[in-house]
Amino acid sequence: MDSALLVHRLHFAFTVTFHYLFPQLTMGLAPLIVILKTLALRRNEEVYNQAARFWARIFGINFVMGVVTGIPMEFQFGTNWSHFSRFAGGVIGQTLGMEGMFAFFLESAFLGLFLYGEKRLSPRAHWWSAVAVWLGSWRSGFFIVATDAWMQNPVGYEKSADGSVQLSSFWELVLNPWAWWQYAHNMSGAVITGAFVMVSVGAFYLLWGKYEEYGRVFLRVGVMAGLVFTILQLFPTGDGQGRLLARQQPVTLAAMEALYESTPGAPLILIGQPDTAQRKIDNPLVLPKMLSFLTYRRWEAEVKGLNAFPPDTWPENIPLLYFSYHIMVGLGTIFIAVMLLAAFLLWRGTLFESRWMLWVLLLSLPFPYIANTAGWMTAEIGRQPWLVYGLMRTAEGYSKMVSAGNGLFTLLGFMGMYTVLSILFLFLVRREIEIGPAVEAAAGH
Amino acid sequence: MPTVWFIIVSVMIAAYVVLDGFDLGAGIIYLFAARGTQERRSILQAIGPVWDGNEVWLLAAGGTLYFAYPQLYASAFSGFYLPLMIVLWLLMLRGIGIELRSQIGNPVWQGFFDTIFSLSSALLAIFFGAALGNVIRGVPLGADGYFFEPLWTNFQLGPHPGILDWYTVIAGVVALVTLTAHGSLYVALKTEGGLQERAQRVAIRIWPVQLALTLISLVATWFVRPSIKENYLAYPIGFFIPVVVFVSLGMMLVQIRKGKELSAFLASCVYITGMLVGAVFALYPVVLPASTGEAYNLTISNTAAGHHGLSVGLIWWSLGMILTLGYFFFVYRMFRGKVPANGGSYGHPDTEEAKNVFSHAR
Repeated sequence: MDSALLVHRLHFAFTVTFHYLFPQLTMGLAPLIVILKTLALRRNEEVYNQAARFWARIFGINFVMGVVTGIPMEFQFGTNWSHFSRFAGGVIGQTLGMEGMFAFFLESAFLGLFLYGEKRLSPRAHWWSAVAVWLGSWRSGFFIVATDAWMQNPVGYEKSADGSVQLSSFWELVLNPWAWWQYAHNMSGAVITGAFVMVSVGAFYLLWGKYEEYGRVFLRVGVMAGLVFTILQLFPTGDGQGRLLARQQPVTLAAMEALYESTPGAPLILIGQPDTAQRKIDNPLVLPKMLSFLTYRRWEAEVKGLNAFPPDTWPENIPLLYFSYHIMVGLGTIFIAVMLLAAFLLWRGTLFESRWMLWVLLLSLPFPYIANTAGWMTAEIGRQPWLVYGLMRTAEGYSKMVSAGNGLFTLLGFMGMYTVLSILFLFLVRREIEIGPAVEAAAGH
Repeated sequence: MPTVWFIIVSVMIAAYVVLDGFDLGAGIIYLFAARGTQERRSILQAIGPVWDGNEVWLLAAGGTLYFAYPQLYASAFSGFYLPLMIVLWLLMLRGIGIELRSQIGNPVWQGFFDTIFSLSSALLAIFFGAALGNVIRGVPLGADGYFFEPLWTNFQLGPHPGILDWYTVIAGVVALVTLTAHGSLYVALKTEGGLQERAQRVAIRIWPVQLALTLISLVATWFVRPSIKENYLAYPIGFFIPVVVFVSLGMMLVQIRKGKELSAFLASCVYITGMLVGAVFALYPVVLPASTGEAYNLTISNTAAGHHGLSVGLIWWSLGMILTLGYFFFVYRMFRGKVPANGGSYGHPDTEEAKNVFSHAR
């Protein structure tokens, strides 16, 4: 691998992975805050307003991180991937341009009103500002996913004389089936992060024995939302995404499962390490015929293995793809179990006293972040060796004029900057959690 | 169609410079014009609710540029790789400087972020000016439409210049001075008492420098790129632009001396817009001139996206713009009027800044 190519890939991978730690919580918390605000309006109980304010403070810190780490993303299409931008800008410039016009302006205009405007606005108007922020963050998510979906499954384009692609159908681009499945799956994943963060803080307060009233609210709202969205994450969104993948990128599916040979009645691998040299799985633990059933709804259906495709179309890093995918699915399954159990205890009225379960919920905090990251890695590593599936290879897309040295210089700069940002973020959020939700009431709100 | 988008992108960039310009300028004078915690807080209150929205104009202009002129975006962003990355870092530092400063009341914490905020504001102004200078001077485009510029070479003009040479350094200083004045006028408009007086004084004292630099930059531009006169000679209406520039520059001084801050600030808006329009008028239809020969110039026709895409974009762009103007109207109305000199000190530290704006607005 040419070292400049490697540097530019790492540059984007590092900055986008770090960036997405923040928007997933922004997008996941926004609807939960709207739920809290709605409960406050409906039931007219101050505890919900206080809970909403507490999460708005966390949201605010998180949002700043999302904004400052998001700015470099838009620029990097041009700075590090200029040949790709020149090739595909006529199409994905549409979705990226719309993100600015429809999402960023909305979000930035109403965020200030939402975070600081409560005293000036009526409760109903403040509720609307929360809805506007939610809408803005989810619109932003859509345009980004639609951009990625076009790279996964290019539609609505035509080739022009200079070799670039240009838009031929706006509606095909916006209604790309890949975009809608991926969007549903991605947003559900974001709400799962929001729900787990909320229950984790709630469990922490109950275990700590402080702000217990709020802890119970966080647990109730978080567990309900978590239960709904962990299930939606598997079905229909994950299932739909997987079946689309089997149709449009069968070689990616084979690589995700490390299925080297085409197999009728293919098994689903639960555990096992792929051995690329010998083309087998070490110590496999499998569900027989399950992959065939999940993909084609027939137990005996043949699933194409990697041997059915030319090796130069195989994803380059099969073990990493395999693990990303299996970590995502494995964690997703565990999330359903955790949320089912928590919901059962909540229904029985014993959740708040079950210290062992509170510990489980408290410690679950990092895992939705890992699952969401692994999910995006599955999508992006699975698309390789293509940058735009079937149209442009990754090796053709980077900025040829920017040397490996210059790329590494800025990559290291970002690494340093993001280390500082992480420390600041963790410090400030930890502090907010310790100050707790009750503080503003004491200060005369 | 490419001409329509040339105008749209230019307008968005001008909107960005005028809007984010005043909060950058407020950041530049922040450390020396504001004395004590109270006055610093007043400046932050004056820009707090709007700076993020202003900065979004940069992102939206970037997105629209990408959409309308993919080849220009690809070429310019990779060619200006190093300064753009530095601009990104500065934007990030400035964002956290403003937003994280008031999370904690400790003076050491606040002093640290105050300095970050002010320094990054000043450096951003210089970099933006230098960027504009590069676009006017021309860049070493190759036959494939790409280039790469190091940060500096020998500070001389020539076919292979660096980002910084004597001309672009002048442009950077012009931007620094212009935005300092712009920000001072905004602060004078939004505040009262000693801070307002000091902001006015900055604007008045820096005025002769601004006048001198405006003249120098015009002469230097004439020298660096003699072809700028072509569009002006072909369309003499263009000579109206420098007239507007100098009249508005004069108005800035006259109005601020009379204590009419709003008129002075608006005159500064007109001055900035006039300078940008003057540059854009001279460039059209070139969007990035080549220092390596006119044949390599990037123009609106060899960089634009396909016709269908541009037509569709006009529909959603107009719709988005109407919505955006609605939000901006609403938000600026919510935050109109003066920021009080004696902001209270109640409540949770991270919200007190903006709460004061709300409770004292009108």
